[in-house]
Amino acid sequence: MSDSVQDTPETDDSGGSNLSESPESPESSESPERPDSSVIDPFSDANPAIKLDDVAVSLGGSRILDGISVEIGDGTFVGLIGPNGAGKTTLLRTLNGALSPERGRVTITDQDIHALSSKAASRLVATVPQTTNVAFDFPVREVVKMGRTPHRGRFDGWSAADEAAVEQAMDRTTVAAFADRPVTAVSGGERQRVLIARALAQETPVLLLDEPTASLDINHQVRTLELVSDLVADGTTAVAAIHDLNLAAHYCDVLILLSGGRILAAGDPETVLTEANLQAAFDAEAVVSRHPVTGSVYVTALPQSADDANGRVHVIGGGGTGARTLYVLSAAGYALSTGALNEGDTDAEAARRVGADLVTVPPYAPVDGAAKAAIDSRVEAADVTVVADVEVGEGNLPNLDAATTAEHLVLIEERPFSARNYAGDAGRAVYERLRERGHVIDSNELLSTVGELACESVGARADEAESGSDFDTDSTFEH
Amino acid sequence: MSVRTRATAWSVGLTVLLALVVVVSAGIGAVTIEPRTVAAILVDAIPVPVGVSTGGSTVLPLVGSVPTPSVEFVSPFDFAASRPARIIVLSVRLPRILLAALVGFALATAGTVMQGFFRNPMADPSIVGVSSGAAVGAVATIVLSLSVPFGLEGAAFVTAVVTAFVVYLIATEDGRTPVATLLLAGVAVQTFLGAVISFLLLQSGESLRQVVFWLMGHLSGATWDEVGMLALVLPLPFLLVLVHARDLNVLLLGEGDAHALGIEVERTKKLLLATASIITAAAVAVSGVIGFVGLVVPHMLRLLVGPDHRVLLPASALAGASFLVATDTIARSGAAEIPVGVVTAAVGAPFFLYLLRTREVHSP
Repeated sequence: MSDSVQDTPETDDSGGSNLSESPESPESSESPERPDSSVIDPFSDANPAIKLDDVAVSLGGSRILDGISVEIGDGTFVGLIGPNGAGKTTLLRTLNGALSPERGRVTITDQDIHALSSKAASRLVATVPQTTNVAFDFPVREVVKMGRTPHRGRFDGWSAADEAAVEQAMDRTTVAAFADRPVTAVSGGERQRVLIARALAQETPVLLLDEPTASLDINHQVRTLELVSDLVADGTTAVAAIHDLNLAAHYCDVLILLSGGRILAAGDPETVLTEANLQAAFDAEAVVSRHPVTGSVYVTALPQSADDANGRVHVIGGGGTGARTLYVLSAAGYALSTGALNEGDTDAEAARRVGADLVTVPPYAPVDGAAKAAIDSRVEAADVTVVADVEVGEGNLPNLDAATTAEHLVLIEERPFSARNYAGDAGRAVYERLRERGHVIDSNELLSTVGELACESVGARADEAESGSDFDTDSTFEH
Repeated sequence: MSVRTRATAWSVGLTVLLALVVVVSAGIGAVTIEPRTVAAILVDAIPVPVGVSTGGSTVLPLVGSVPTPSVEFVSPFDFAASRPARIIVLSVRLPRILLAALVGFALATAGTVMQGFFRNPMADPSIVGVSSGAAVGAVATIVLSLSVPFGLEGAAFVTAVVTAFVVYLIATEDGRTPVATLLLAGVAVQTFLGAVISFLLLQSGESLRQVVFWLMGHLSGATWDEVGMLALVLPLPFLLVLVHARDLNVLLLGEGDAHALGIEVERTKKLLLATASIITAAAVAVSGVIGFVGLVVPHMLRLLVGPDHRVLLPASALAGASFLVATDTIARSGAAEIPVGVVTAAVGAPFFLYLLRTREVHSP
């Protein structure tokens, strides 16, 4: 589906490099260059389902959307992502004709949606609202039947076509089972399906969904998006505002990342969900990886870990022995570093997940001089260095060596060292030195031990800072 | 059962009920007349167009000069009924009963529309200030002894419609009329007009009794003129509302949803507000402020027939007619005449409180 979003012709002459910027937009030069994010293969279909051409929308005098240009092909599932206030809902309301753009045109299957009557527009676009507070207890079936409103004249009776559309919509969304219950009496997940059924009964080529998963449990989130995916497979074009980036990445063919009323990136989930884009749009540090089960792009948001007020911990692990330590310490709010690890090591993956400062060497390569220097600097910066229950060989012996200079040292021992020493006497010698200086614990004591040591070290640092003493003072000196 | 069948069934049933209530009510009073006799008199009178003299004519607001039926009827069947009984039923009680039916019909219709329009089961017909507007017009006419073209009723009708329009204008910005703003504007304007009415009351002197009686809501002294006036004003707006019943249903889902389903929201709101206001204004102009009919009747009927306006609107209107005829019968059958507004309020307020409590208990 990578071909279903493209630059509009107006932006093509600039090399097709940026989907988001409209040519006349004055602020376009201020936006960061994102050459990779929005280059989409030219779109071959001459009649896209949805086409926005330099659309700007204002609400109450302030510009909410600006310079939105995008084309969406038939049968595409588009995820609209972006931070709160980015303009996702406004864009949906512009697409269904509820809001008129100040500038630009919105065409749905070749018709200017804002030139159509409300009735004609709702034969092209159906909208599933985020929440509907039905104050009056219509039966579910009646609510679905209201989806036929745009197809019925004021004095028209209920036709066979109407009945068929309603039956099919209820069938599809499996609401038939509670069709006669009042809509006020069904659960949130069921009501969501009723609203989708109502939209389906409209029999439109385009379906808009505003946060369809927002108030649903995980099972209903997945079922809702599976349903939309099925509809898209049958030729509907769906645009859904979705907060959950991972659900969006998994189900959508195309993502449009909105930020500050503009398109920051559009295209395949892989090209849109980059760490740089997420940083720019959400002002949040996130790690992008592949989900081990689904294979989709997977985003993990990180706590604001830049400040190391809790303390900084260096973890020496490898082969999966450090992963748990990394997760536990990350959750406790420590700034982490780890290494050196072979690229592809389980612990390296874990380190990326938690956003640890990671030193790597190529797969199967030993820790070389450059890597050793990098580790030394991290051990020196760390308040506490933790050595996991790691297997030691010639290749990673420098990691242990680096730990000998640590300010505070913690050794996690679950197996005796002899059982995991493949570096012979050299290994034993280094480890003996570590045991002399360090606290030997089992993994249950990790948080309490690290907590005490880090607290002491951070406190000492703060005292130094207050008394204006030399910042480079080695705080082991305090003992 | 299809909606059409249900609507027809309820309409027929409630029409029969209304007929029964009218017959019983026409028999109640200082002189008791048996329902059988009443029925005979009515049957005798109703289906004979040749007996209707069109000699007199009445000038009505909006419609101009219209012929008024006089009370001289030919009796082809000649049921055995005394001449006094005929006069009591046809010229004394029937105008009042029919006026009560029409006012009840109007208030219940307007109440149903307003509750749907505001998506709030606690809304009532005068929520946008129609009643207060009518009261100002009527009270001013009485207190200042104004001579206005169509009399007290004309003045009340005009000020009522103008008030609704002003509230609408206040609440409208950029062609949009948010319902919440409309509600608040209505409350504010009603408060202001309340102050005006209080001030006028202070100045009323001799006419105070008359003013208070009007304000309480009354049907006494009903004339065939008033009946004819209402009967002419009501059908068009009622039909307009009825053909928009489906739109009203969709509006209940919220304006965003209604738009997404192809309703021209602002245009529909404007139309519904205008028709409901005209219906209310017409009723209030002839009968004063009769409270609670427009609130309680739609509510009761919603419990019975459900929220679908295609059924609810006709059912509510007909039930409103029966309700007001019945309460007005109570109002006039006591030792001393009580304004009917007092009776509806006395019946309606406890019921309202009951609804409020049960709603609270049942709300999720």
